[in-house]
Amino acid sequence: MENFQLLMGGLESALTPMNLLYAAVGVLLGTFVGVLPGIGPAMAIALLLPVTYRLEPTSAFIMFAGLYYGGMYGGSTTSILLNTPGESASVMTALEGNRMARAGRGAQALATAAVGSFVAGTIGTILVAFFSPALADVAVDLGAPSYFALMVLALVMTTTVLGASALRGFAALFLGLTIGLVGLDLNTGQPRLTFGVTQLVDRLDIVVVAVGIFALGEALWVAAHLRRKPAHVIPVGRPWLSRDDWGRSWKPWLRGTAFGFPFGALPAGGAEIPTFLSYLTERKLSKRGDFGRGAIEGVAGPEAANNASAAGMFVPMLALGLPVTATAAVMLSALQGYGITPGPQLMTDHADLVWTLLASLLIGNTLLLVLNLPLAPLWARLLRIPRPQLYAGILFFACLGAYATNLDPFDIALLLVFGLLGLMMRRFGLPVLPLILGVILGPLMETKLREALTISGGDYAALLSEPLAVVIYVLIALFILARPLIARARAGAEESATPEDEKELANS
Amino acid sequence: MSVHDTQPAHPEGQPAEESPQRRVDLGQYGLAVLLVVIGIYTIIDAAGLEVGFADPVGPRVFPYVIGSGLVLVGALLTVATARGSQPEPEDGEDVDLSSSADWLTVLKLVAVLLFTVATVNLLGWAISGAVLFAGAAWSLGSRTLVRDVLVGLVLAIASWYAFYVGLGIPLTPGVLDGIL
Repeated sequence: MENFQLLMGGLESALTPMNLLYAAVGVLLGTFVGVLPGIGPAMAIALLLPVTYRLEPTSAFIMFAGLYYGGMYGGSTTSILLNTPGESASVMTALEGNRMARAGRGAQALATAAVGSFVAGTIGTILVAFFSPALADVAVDLGAPSYFALMVLALVMTTTVLGASALRGFAALFLGLTIGLVGLDLNTGQPRLTFGVTQLVDRLDIVVVAVGIFALGEALWVAAHLRRKPAHVIPVGRPWLSRDDWGRSWKPWLRGTAFGFPFGALPAGGAEIPTFLSYLTERKLSKRGDFGRGAIEGVAGPEAANNASAAGMFVPMLALGLPVTATAAVMLSALQGYGITPGPQLMTDHADLVWTLLASLLIGNTLLLVLNLPLAPLWARLLRIPRPQLYAGILFFACLGAYATNLDPFDIALLLVFGLLGLMMRRFGLPVLPLILGVILGPLMETKLREALTISGGDYAALLSEPLAVVIYVLIALFILARPLIARARAGAEESATPEDEKELANS
Repeated sequence: MSVHDTQPAHPEGQPAEESPQRRVDLGQYGLAVLLVVIGIYTIIDAAGLEVGFADPVGPRVFPYVIGSGLVLVGALLTVATARGSQPEPEDGEDVDLSSSADWLTVLKLVAVLLFTVATVNLLGWAISGAVLFAGAAWSLGSRTLVRDVLVGLVLAIASWYAFYVGLGIPLTPGVLDGIL
């Protein structure tokens, strides 16, 4: 119950008219960027970070919360109206959502997505408020070996679970770890991989890396393959839900939330698996037989799962300081900008901040619903911006963000280098997430490894000196052994998810 | 760089080797070589580091492991490529994979960005940003140059004032020093 009071306290400090304005601006900007092609919530936050530099931490968090949820919702909008999921988490939404839109029920699809996101986000945030402190209490006693093991788990899972090719996953991961090496060695202060460039000594800014790989990489990749015909956007009216739609949606919302939250809280759980499970479940439970022709349950469930997983992400991030998604990674670097070190002590040292952040998530979520239901037709119009100007705008803002941090053209050059890397990754099918996590977790892993071995005097057995670490390594081993079976099960499940869905998604 | 014709993306979890085409994607050899080169450079770079005392791991171990990992992945990728493993290029709403890649447009964009890097401190953000926007739009096939320049100027000047007034960060004024 104490947590509940703390959350209320957080709400009190967050609910000022000025902060509400920041939240509203965040939601609008986030949705705006999220609707843009190929840009997910991680990107939205990275691009708009410079905007929050001079804000109070509280206001900045509130804006982040708005950006985050806005970015997610923007992604759903494009999935439904264009059948083009901007990120893997909205793939399942696109299946039924776009069919609904084509059948003239786009407004209902958008509405069930918005309300479902709101329900899942609210439940998820409340769960975070109850779980994180308990987890942080446990985590305070964890030593370096367990942390090291947790990070190994996160990297192995993201590298092997997501994407079709584990080999390409590892290629991306090692590239990311290499990027993470650049800069001064934290213990001895010697420069590594800096090529004698002073600006590199200070370690690379994750925001420049993320914006380069996501935004610039996307723009360059699109430039190489620009579709010469404009995409067909289905016009949409004001979203509303009939009594029947409500009746069909509320159970999938709750089920989707139940799928999404635990996966989001796991290292490398992500949103892909729970949205997929939610879609399959709704499909199995559906008695109407309109799956494949635009069933509202097929939008309500995965959307809720997606947002619940987005809330679940905050549990490891706040309690352990462990980012499990690209978005969490960017948020953590923003926290560090305020001189806050994430980790188990965050809950005790900066309790007020954490509760304010959680309260802001609730506020951002509510505002999302209030603002975006009436604004949906406007967002749909945004999808008609001519492509050259749209991507020119993305390049412009990406460079502005990189340049504004230090006012150094070198950062734009760096952005370009990572943009070319992003282009290369898209060309060769290398997944982006392992690379980003490699950049973030690499230096952390090295610190923990050296900590553990300094204590033990160089004995590598120290890595197995904590029970949790041993359990995690056993899990990893089991997982690697079971991987062929999982792959087969997934292939089987995808077969049953109607091959023509896949074809349509592939050819859209 | 050769760009292969794409087959419809197969569902995840199904190895690419099962695709009927056994064409070798030559570009992937380039990627494999790049991975190996970066890996070797990382190892060489780490070998030149001093190992401090009371630091049993030292600054070398991690780069050694990562560098070896890169070399190994590069080698495996070479084998996989030779056996006909195809990458799945990323699809997207504005991406048309049915035609061959247009690297000229990419080069134009890179040139525009390099121009920005070279001139931003001299001309200032308001002008460089406008050139960046208009140049990028032109590279991507827009032919409404006048309008693009105007939009770019509005964006750049507005963002200059937004940063200056709203956040107190003076972006470089450049040649417009005193006018803005």
